Amino acid sequence: MTGTNDAGRKPLVLVVDDFADNREMYSEYLSFSGYEVIEARNGKEAIDAAQERLPDIIIMDLSLPIMDGWEATRRLKADERTRTIPVVALTGHALAGHSKGAKEAGCDSFLAKPCLPDQLVAEIRRMLATGKATVIKATKGAR
Amino acid sequence: MGAAVTSQNRGGTEPPSDSVSAARLAMAELLLSSEDPVECARVTVDWLVQRGGARKAVCALIDPESGMLQDVAASGVPEGQLETLHLALEQPDHPLVFALAGRDPVSLARQGRRNGDPWRHDFLAIPLPLSEKREARQGLLLVSPGRCEAEAKWAAELLGQKIARLRATAVIVEGEHRLQRERELLVNIINASPDPILLTDPEGRMIISNARADALFSSKEGESEGRHRAVTLNNMLFSAALSQQAIDESGAARRELLLVSPSEGSDLLFELLSSVVQHPREGTCVVSILRNVTDLRVATEQIEENYRLLKLAEADVRAERDRLDLIIDSVADPILVTDPSGKILLMNSPAERLFTAPASDETAGAERAVRSNDAYFSSFVSNLFLTGAGLRWRGEISLTDPSTLEGLPVEAVAGKVLSEHGEVTAVVTILHDRTEALEKGRLYEQLKAASEQLEEKVREATAELVRRNELLQRQHLELEQASQLKSQFLANMSHEFRTPLNAILGYTSMLLQGVSGEMSPPQKNKMLRVDSNARHLLSIINDILDISRIEADKMPLHLEEFELGSLISELLAELEPLIQKARLQVLTDVPEPPPEVHSDRQKVKQIVLNLLTNAIKFTPQGQVRVRVRCDDERRELRISVEDTGIGIAAEDQDKVFEDFRQADSSVTREYGGAGLGLAICRRLAKMLDGRVGLQSQLGGGSIFTLVIPRRGKRR
Repeated sequence: MTGTNDAGRKPLVLVVDDFADNREMYSEYLSFSGYEVIEARNGKEAIDAAQERLPDIIIMDLSLPIMDGWEATRRLKADERTRTIPVVALTGHALAGHSKGAKEAGCDSFLAKPCLPDQLVAEIRRMLATGKATVIKATKGAR
Repeated sequence: MGAAVTSQNRGGTEPPSDSVSAARLAMAELLLSSEDPVECARVTVDWLVQRGGARKAVCALIDPESGMLQDVAASGVPEGQLETLHLALEQPDHPLVFALAGRDPVSLARQGRRNGDPWRHDFLAIPLPLSEKREARQGLLLVSPGRCEAEAKWAAELLGQKIARLRATAVIVEGEHRLQRERELLVNIINASPDPILLTDPEGRMIISNARADALFSSKEGESEGRHRAVTLNNMLFSAALSQQAIDESGAARRELLLVSPSEGSDLLFELLSSVVQHPREGTCVVSILRNVTDLRVATEQIEENYRLLKLAEADVRAERDRLDLIIDSVADPILVTDPSGKILLMNSPAERLFTAPASDETAGAERAVRSNDAYFSSFVSNLFLTGAGLRWRGEISLTDPSTLEGLPVEAVAGKVLSEHGEVTAVVTILHDRTEALEKGRLYEQLKAASEQLEEKVREATAELVRRNELLQRQHLELEQASQLKSQFLANMSHEFRTPLNAILGYTSMLLQGVSGEMSPPQKNKMLRVDSNARHLLSIINDILDISRIEADKMPLHLEEFELGSLISELLAELEPLIQKARLQVLTDVPEPPPEVHSDRQKVKQIVLNLLTNAIKFTPQGQVRVRVRCDDERRELRISVEDTGIGIAAEDQDKVFEDFRQADSSVTREYGGAGLGLAICRRLAKMLDGRVGLQSQLGGGSIFTLVIPRRGKRR
């Protein structure tokens, strides 16, 4: 049930959430599930962390202080270095508009809170298995 | 002495001497040759003085016209003495008058009354002639001295007789002359008459005729034949008329007689007026006066014709007048014709009602009204002349209706009627009742005022409407904003609920998975309860969010083609844990091949899920069956969920679809759930143009059926 990648190292997951209990809960469970986890509390920190560590996948809460998740995703997707990293939007905003807005911003997947930690892990696995193809496809489409 | 004279006179009858005879003869011859009494008197006086022996002689004759004695011849007597002879014979005591009446010569010496009488000395007065009666005496012969008494008596006798004869002759001649003059006058008179006048004898012969009659009835030699014939015919006609008249009547009579004009031959019509007179010689004669009435007849006929025409004209005028009366009486407006002084000449009955006092003595008011009307009207007409303005004049008069005594405002239009010389002969005035016009005007004013009020009200109402509209728009905006805010609030609330709930569920899940080490069974049991309640809370939050999304129209439709069989399988798979737990048999009845439908898969799934969850929840034991049927006729799809559960009483069947409702509030406690499931189902079905129906009875299970069109339409 570990998330080891092809290179044999643990996949790096960036969990972005301003609500510490959720962020730490997911971090703990992802660590428990065999992922390496880094955390960010807002969009700005998320960009900095992503550029610094280039994680395999980013779990992005959308309602964030300083810089929200949509803006951060746009910037990540606009950045050559971070563009290929799949972004899974995870938000307590359950309205349809939010997922749409998230897709427009460049999110590759969308999960609504409440999202049980095992559901999140299932999505991360799915994304890591297929996500890059999606991104590449999207990159191709962009070209 | 008188007696002596008398005796001497009587003695004078003795035969005269020859010389005396010769003298008497000469005297007689002289008298015979004279026809003039005065000359005869002169001859006699001269003869007496010259031959008769008298010294003085005077002859005085009685003037036949004045009846007074007057001297005509004298010899030897002074003029002054002669004047005393002028005597009126009505003095019988005068000596001369006395002498004149006596039968003998009178000696005036004895008879003289006064000493101064010039005749009392020796004059002898002898009446002329002495032999005749006193009435035939012509005068007196006075002789002095009286010695020649015999000669004087003879001469007096001779002169007296001569003068009496001369005077008698003179009277006859005079009478004949007068007769002749009167006759000529009479002839002139009857000739002067323009009418023919005739006197005829009983046989019809003409005795007298005037010139006009001669022109008709007589002709002379040498005149035309036509005239002769005409005259003959006229005579015959006249005679016939007279004899006819004699037969018909007696006395004066009047008849018409048609004759022929001898000069022109034309017919002449005469009126014959004849009367019978007694002629001294001829006996009964007839006087006839003919009056030419030819012209009169023509004139009469003309007059009659004129009269007839006049009558006709009068009848015409009367008819015209009657018609005019009818016309002006038929006019409802009062019409008055006045002379220039304002006196009313003519008026129609409506005018009479205003200007004539009522016959009955009803009220003094009516009379007062009539007088007042009269005064106002006169003033109006006199104004017409004062201003002199044109032929027409228009004015307003305030009259009073005599019958009701109410004010009657009228408009008066007057026109002058001019003669051909341009003088005003009459004034025609028409009065028009303005009550109605004024009333109309008043009503119009009221209407206008009302209209203005209405306009004002409409303006106000419009302004109010605009104001309210603005308010409504503002309220609408506010509502929208509020709705937006509500949605936003709900979204936020949802987010704020989910965030901690996410942590609760997450940690619970981790604990249950033994991330932090295995828990003892009691711990795990309690942790499961935490999890269950957290999930329940989440489902309530989701339901509320769903409803608010639907209400806010923020639930998008995703129409797609999908197949029902897989949907049902998916549902059953998801519900497997619940089914297991409830120990129920869940059967499906889906036709082969499973029908395809064009709708919102997510929503159909949500509805059926809800229905299945309810069925499982409210069915303590037995089975739940999901049945799918196609209604090709209605092109509908029916998905029913049947259970053998507790059922719903008929009276509660409507309520179960209401928000936060379960059939029994105790049910919530026993079965959980917020009671929003069916409300959401119904809303979602409505979004899909479908519906959710219910058949149930308490204790007899329930059948919930979702009916949706096979092909949903995007709204």
